Amino acid sequence: MGWFKRLKDGIQTATRNKKEAPEGLWYKCKECKETSTMKELKENFYKCPFCNHHVRIGSQDYFGLLFDGNFEELFGDLVSTDALEFVDLKPYPQRLEEAYRKTGLKDAISVAKGKVNKRPLVVAAMDFSFIGGSMGSVVGEKISLSIDHCVEEGIPLLIISKSGGARMMEASFSLMQMAKTAAKLTRLARARIPYFSLLTDPTTGGVTASYAMLGDINFSEPGALIGFAGPRVIKETIKKDLPEGFQTAEFLLEHGFLDFIVDRKDLKDRMSDLLAIFDSKSAAASAGS
Amino acid sequence: MVFLEFEKPLEKLYEQLEKIKQVEEEGIVDVSDTIKELENKIKNTRKEIYASLTGWQRVQLSRHPERPYTLYYINQMCRKFVELHGDRYFKDDTAIVGGLANLDGQSVVIIGHQKGVNTKMRQFRNFGMANPEGYRKALRLMKLAERFDFPVITLIDTPGAFPGLEAEERGQAEAIARNLFEMAQLKVPIVCVIIGEGASGGAIGIGLGDRVYMLENTWYSVISPESCSSILWHSWDYKERAADALKLTAEDMFNAGLIDGIIKEPTGGAHAIPDEMAKLLKRQIKKALAEVQEMPPDERIDARINKYAAMGVYERITPNPVE
Repeated sequence: MGWFKRLKDGIQTATRNKKEAPEGLWYKCKECKETSTMKELKENFYKCPFCNHHVRIGSQDYFGLLFDGNFEELFGDLVSTDALEFVDLKPYPQRLEEAYRKTGLKDAISVAKGKVNKRPLVVAAMDFSFIGGSMGSVVGEKISLSIDHCVEEGIPLLIISKSGGARMMEASFSLMQMAKTAAKLTRLARARIPYFSLLTDPTTGGVTASYAMLGDINFSEPGALIGFAGPRVIKETIKKDLPEGFQTAEFLLEHGFLDFIVDRKDLKDRMSDLLAIFDSKSAAASAGS
Repeated sequence: MVFLEFEKPLEKLYEQLEKIKQVEEEGIVDVSDTIKELENKIKNTRKEIYASLTGWQRVQLSRHPERPYTLYYINQMCRKFVELHGDRYFKDDTAIVGGLANLDGQSVVIIGHQKGVNTKMRQFRNFGMANPEGYRKALRLMKLAERFDFPVITLIDTPGAFPGLEAEERGQAEAIARNLFEMAQLKVPIVCVIIGEGASGGAIGIGLGDRVYMLENTWYSVISPESCSSILWHSWDYKERAADALKLTAEDMFNAGLIDGIIKEPTGGAHAIPDEMAKLLKRQIKKALAEVQEMPPDERIDARINKYAAMGVYERITPNPVE
């Protein structure tokens, strides 16, 4: 027997141990161009230590930021299929393969159940790195299953959106995910289970126009781009430059579509406060004891 | 008559027919046989062309300048249509019309995108591209229908929700999302028909229902073939291929299980015999209403949500033992 015989086949790193945050030792901020170390960036909740720019992070990073240690990933066995045999410059299966390889993820959303300051929460978080965070059948189904799970177990739901919109390669199927997710959310509402929608940079298109805008509470991170049409399309339509700050989280807050903007360092505390307020039963119980 | 690119053989035949008719008017030669022959040829050629249309050709037909629009159908199908205006928050959107109507003795609420019939009206209707107030007007009318137990009929024909500055300011995304959420749980029956273009969020924003149909020569997808070409091929020149790739025709959508049926159009398209088209449309709407009206509201809502919940294609893989 050789010394280096591989005992287990395949990649053994759990998805949760893979990180989307920029690799390497140094981080140069896209906004202020200042350089900091990756360690500093990480310790600062993936925000630039100089200008507080919130760096785009992935689902696993959010799980790490929100949950008290352990969490359980749900519905990780769903993957996309090429139902329409869609070919543009590349066949869709090839795009999927490349996304699997690049991200180590199975689709543009991951769902996990864990505890936030001891209160249970199901978090469905999107990954922009997976085909632009686009919503296809898998994203729709995972949200649908998350809603069922939350209704069955009476656990609140947080969806962290980060998406360019519907996945064109699944064409009409991805369009129908707008109707599917919105329709399923009515069941969560009827069960009186709170739904929190965190819209992160960027959230546009069919995702904004379905579940992302339907939270009992809609909130965002500073500077996030949020809209229906993309800025380029709007610019082409009106043939003028867009005003400064258009379609930012701050713009949406001003126009009444967000409840608040939260700095990422306060995200867990804010979620924890909200969970405590909505969890009136256990709040009443602990007050009575 | 307006001829589309793929109707060129027809155009030539019509030209010949015109000439011969002139000869007939002169009354010197008897050409009645030739005319008959030509008319037959036109009929057969039209049948031939329309028997196998590509996706892109159907997209062109769905945008035919002579195609009937929502108000035409409403006036053909209903007696006593009372148009209602405004979302009660901001203004009246002219790209979506709606109101109360009488459909063979039954009170209904009808809502639809409206395109303009000439250059001036096209601008007035914003080319059928609604703003948030259009979706909110639609929702107001649906809520009115719910209160008085009237079924809702929506007719969809839009190149997309308007991508403008003010539309974003007033929450285009929220307006569409809210409609989906409310339509999913509306207590009265909803029947939707794509009568022209079904472009993405702008279409589905009034398109969630117990029954959804498409006219034969319409399209419904997540993006227009032109925009799809520009994004995925980085050029506007691949619209035909994009139209094929998107599988956006009524037949594709029905085969994928995403719509409930196809309403046949007269040969030559809806605009060839518009009143015939209106009759076919009305017949299908009434049939659909009869089907879904029998169900108790709770059951109907459940069935509606379950129908959409089942939409999507994916696979399950054996989970990695480590995870």
